[in-house]
Amino acid sequence: MAAHRVSPSLNRLLFAVKYASFQSGGCAVHCNAQYSTVHSPSEKTFDKILIANRGEIACRVMKTCHKMGIQTVAVHSDVDSSAVHVKMADEAVCVGPAPTSKSYLNMDAIMDAIRATGAQAVHPGYGFLSENKEFAKRLAAEGVAFIGPDTHAIMAMGDKIESKLIAKAANVNTIPGYDGVVKTAEEAVKIAQDIGYPVMIKASAGGGGKGMRIAWNAEETREGFRFSSQEAASSFGDDRLLIEKFIDNPRHIEIQVLADKHGNALWLNERECSIQRRNQKVVEEAPSTFLDPVTRRAMGEQAVQLAKAVQYSSAGTVEFLVDSKKNFYFLEMNTRLQVEHPITECITGLDLVEQMIRVAKGYQLQHKQEDIPINGWAIESRVYAEDPYKSFGLPSIGRLSKYQEPLNLSNVRVDSGIQEGSDISIYYDPMISKLVTYGATRAEALARMEDALDNYVIRGVTHNIPLLREIITHPRFISGDISTNFLPEVYPDGFKGHQLDLDTRRELLASAAALYITAQLRSQKVLAIAAITAMAHLHGYIRVEVDGGKVEVSGQWNLASPLLPLTINGTHRTLQCLSRDASGRILLQYLGTSFKVRVLSKLAAEFNSYMPEKVPEDTSSILRSPMPGTVVAVSVKPGDPVAEGQEICVIEAMKMQNSLTAVKQAKVKSVHCKPGETVGEGDLLVELE
Amino acid sequence: PAVIREHRDCRWYSVSHLSVKERIDKKRTAALVGGGQKRIDAQHKKGKLTARERVELLLDPESFVESDMFVEHRCSDFGMEQDRNKFPGDSVVTGRGRINGRLVYVFSQDFTVFGGSLSGAHAQKICKIMDQAMTVGAPVIGLNDSGGARIQEGVESLAGYADIFLRNVMASGVVPQISLIMGPCAGGAVYSPALTDFTFMVKDTSYLFITGPDVVKSVTNEDVTQEELGGAKTHTTVSGVAHHAFENDVEALLNVREFFNFLPLSNQDPAPMRECHDCSDRLVHSLDTIVPFETTKAYDMLDIIQTIVDESDFFEIMPSYAKNIVVGFARMNGRTVGIVGNQPKVASGCLDINSSVKGARFVRFCDAFNIPIITFVDVPGFLPGTAQEYGGIIRHGAKLLYAFAEATVPKITIITRKAYGGAYDVMSSKHLRGDVNYAWPTAEVAVMGAKGAVQIIFRGKENQAEAEAEYVEKFANPFPAAVRGFVDDIIEPSTTRKRICRDLEVLASKKQINPWKKHANIPL
Repeated sequence: MAAHRVSPSLNRLLFAVKYASFQSGGCAVHCNAQYSTVHSPSEKTFDKILIANRGEIACRVMKTCHKMGIQTVAVHSDVDSSAVHVKMADEAVCVGPAPTSKSYLNMDAIMDAIRATGAQAVHPGYGFLSENKEFAKRLAAEGVAFIGPDTHAIMAMGDKIESKLIAKAANVNTIPGYDGVVKTAEEAVKIAQDIGYPVMIKASAGGGGKGMRIAWNAEETREGFRFSSQEAASSFGDDRLLIEKFIDNPRHIEIQVLADKHGNALWLNERECSIQRRNQKVVEEAPSTFLDPVTRRAMGEQAVQLAKAVQYSSAGTVEFLVDSKKNFYFLEMNTRLQVEHPITECITGLDLVEQMIRVAKGYQLQHKQEDIPINGWAIESRVYAEDPYKSFGLPSIGRLSKYQEPLNLSNVRVDSGIQEGSDISIYYDPMISKLVTYGATRAEALARMEDALDNYVIRGVTHNIPLLREIITHPRFISGDISTNFLPEVYPDGFKGHQLDLDTRRELLASAAALYITAQLRSQKVLAIAAITAMAHLHGYIRVEVDGGKVEVSGQWNLASPLLPLTINGTHRTLQCLSRDASGRILLQYLGTSFKVRVLSKLAAEFNSYMPEKVPEDTSSILRSPMPGTVVAVSVKPGDPVAEGQEICVIEAMKMQNSLTAVKQAKVKSVHCKPGETVGEGDLLVELE
Repeated sequence: PAVIREHRDCRWYSVSHLSVKERIDKKRTAALVGGGQKRIDAQHKKGKLTARERVELLLDPESFVESDMFVEHRCSDFGMEQDRNKFPGDSVVTGRGRINGRLVYVFSQDFTVFGGSLSGAHAQKICKIMDQAMTVGAPVIGLNDSGGARIQEGVESLAGYADIFLRNVMASGVVPQISLIMGPCAGGAVYSPALTDFTFMVKDTSYLFITGPDVVKSVTNEDVTQEELGGAKTHTTVSGVAHHAFENDVEALLNVREFFNFLPLSNQDPAPMRECHDCSDRLVHSLDTIVPFETTKAYDMLDIIQTIVDESDFFEIMPSYAKNIVVGFARMNGRTVGIVGNQPKVASGCLDINSSVKGARFVRFCDAFNIPIITFVDVPGFLPGTAQEYGGIIRHGAKLLYAFAEATVPKITIITRKAYGGAYDVMSSKHLRGDVNYAWPTAEVAVMGAKGAVQIIFRGKENQAEAEAEYVEKFANPFPAAVRGFVDDIIEPSTTRKRICRDLEVLASKKQINPWKKHANIPL
């Protein structure tokens, strides 16, 4: 490729990069890590399975069903009628309107669907009815197999208080705490003082971080009690709470177990799930960098003891907190397929869904403990439709106007249940997909993850790829120095996106300038016009001078593609062009974060200095909804004085309550919302004077 | 003088030559600074560029060829004849240049010289380049920044306006004409932009009105600011006089460059084709789910347009006015097309007075300049009510009907959902010589919605709900139109782009001529 210097050939099209400013916010299982177990067609299981779930997990289960030659039945709400899981299934039944309580949690309708389709078994996925003993009972009563553990195991492990007692009895290490239900805030304070701060208040029926609060003193205990019981009531219909010692700076490591109905149980190694925000997992990996074989075995064996103690069958997960001295404490057992199961599948070669189906049919486990390997390393990033710049992720909604998974890369597995054109609605979990990469070593898996995140095209909703990419490239994460406090410790002032240094800034500006030039030159390539003046051809190779430093940018410039695979000073990088306009404004996703760059010709830049700055609206006196949701409470009325930090209203979204506070001391001018109202992101809630 | 007489052979000549050369240079230098540095600084202070800076930014580097730099005004009254009141080039810069290599004629009014006021000489300069543009077939871009008539010149100035108006009219439909209002433009002056094809404005620094706030106050006792009366916001949202507004001079000029790329140079040229990086056979899967199941639920027509056209690059015309219809330019496989679409998100996408006029003018521009028209239909009908009837919706709705019927450029129509009543006929239907008419599976072509239809057919009868269901079953689908050949095919939405690109290829050689007439009589 011939190098063309930009300056002489383009004359005054020598583009000066004006400035770059930071902008904050902006399905198929294709894993090359093949399952080592091959399904044997002679082993007869079920003819037809109903999947009582939606989204990626429903699709995931159906894939294995297809592999095993099992017919699938999807259930769906009316808004989901053209969802991917519905299209994938052999049959589909609508079980009600959008709200989950009327559809995916509607047992009557789902039982009807089972009868109507003649499904012999039900896979519940995770969430919804997966740990609902009532549902398991009703299935059993009708002779339909539940692909999961027996009712008594669900019951025993579903209650955090009871599960802890059982674990203790089974010689599993447990956290010191109060073994009973806490009834009032004052009682909570008293118990907390007995155990010693910090303490954790959590919903007895809880899971997934909902209804969970940490308290460091009496006042926080009272407040935590109030929030947790409200959240517990709205999420689980059960406001019972319990209190236990809070292990500061722990790791969250869990053991995958697999048991059959014949008393056999295996541990399939651990998953490191310490990277969390608000007690919800963001990045997981298997194995953990922290465990040595001895600890791993000890944890695995305790997990199996617990499984056996409750006559567990099917796949399950025993969660532990691990402190810095590798002491581990039982946290809870999830009696279902976990969200993050793919990483265990990657390193062990087992198809967990297949194993669950076999076990449910009554087959014995095919493997012995010594058959379970750790092959390579797998990382999972949970790609969410949420704004990572707000508390590490507040839900966002929208339509995926463009969506492209990085499946062109090797050793990448994407579990998703959406596609281009899908809606991310307020009704369901805002997860877009689980992005899993696999490598022989951790470094390899991480490098692939970086590449996969850069090549992941998501338009139409705000997503958390900027945060995911920062996490997996952070030196602390790379060295394995992590805990559940990773995010607040690394970003004490909140996540602000990738911070450019001199070199990366130069790379970014050079790429933007090169893109601009390519677009400008393309404008001159008009057919059927005779009088075109001769213009330079770039052959995709552009040399840009930024602040005196030379940057060479080359690539196959496709102005229609959202991806810009470039070679910048010899390094390969994939950028994404999010938007560009005639005024030279280019929004580029670079190193995961979107940056606003303005490229102007030297002349336009000079003239632009005469243009007045237009003052944007002062937002400090305006409170807008940070996300779509429902107004739960409005604590002020017009004329009220409010102090800085005072709660103004509470918005509930995705079953999570968010308290919105005043950013300055002021008087309330007007209130534009009332409890029970649905609000969209950016809607005006309250105006201050 | 004695010395010159002695050496008359060559010396006389060379002295004179030198002095002429000096004078040329002096005049040129003077022309370049217009009204002088002080006024240039004042212009900058207002956040405005000078006439020459604007031309420089609008055109390709070094491509501007200026004419009439030496022209001066001819007024000899009120002290205007004095040298200090003469400025070479007077209050307008004119010439030709190129935008991305393509020829264009430009005039740029110079506010630093007599407030950009229009003298006879000023008008003559504009007329000259307009005549040339017509002769060679190239567009004219006017950069307006003028206080109005040169009052000192009286009727000569008025004559100047009329000369320009005449040329605007003669050039209409022959070469594209674009007006960019970058300062005041008041009184009679507004009619030149009004006669051109597109009027763009700069926010906060440009005004268009027949009479300013002072006169308004004295005549009607209304208190109104310049901005409210004739600012960019007023004209792009309320009056529909302007087609787009931009933040400042730089953005306006850069956007006009981009806009210019869409236009053919004249009515003799085909729609331009630019190198295209977007696959013509790209399937757009998101379109298969874009139309909601509930027929009463809205969606954004812009989502459809942006995913279908090349590189999501859509230059919307009048984006803030009569938003129930979307019009603008885009490319399909590199070729410029005009897009017209009902917008279900605004007023259910119904046709009313404003949207009909907006659509009609756009369709006629496309037809005049050989730009194929792609129409996306989701229209529940014309907006009912006294306001519309008294306002003359019959007359105005007829304009859109007229424009579509008259157009002989390639016409492709896609019915995405509703195509009800007379509005179905209007929206580039097969009956109005649509070349290719598609229906999506969600299309409903009917005289009206099921509820209204049943109320008429089964007036006073029971079981209205049942009858309604029957009507829906019969008519709320694309079959009634498809079996009659009123749509050519029922297509998967994801294949829409591919089909349009393919059809345009075939229709490139379309030839259709309307009966001879002096000119048609559109219901104005």
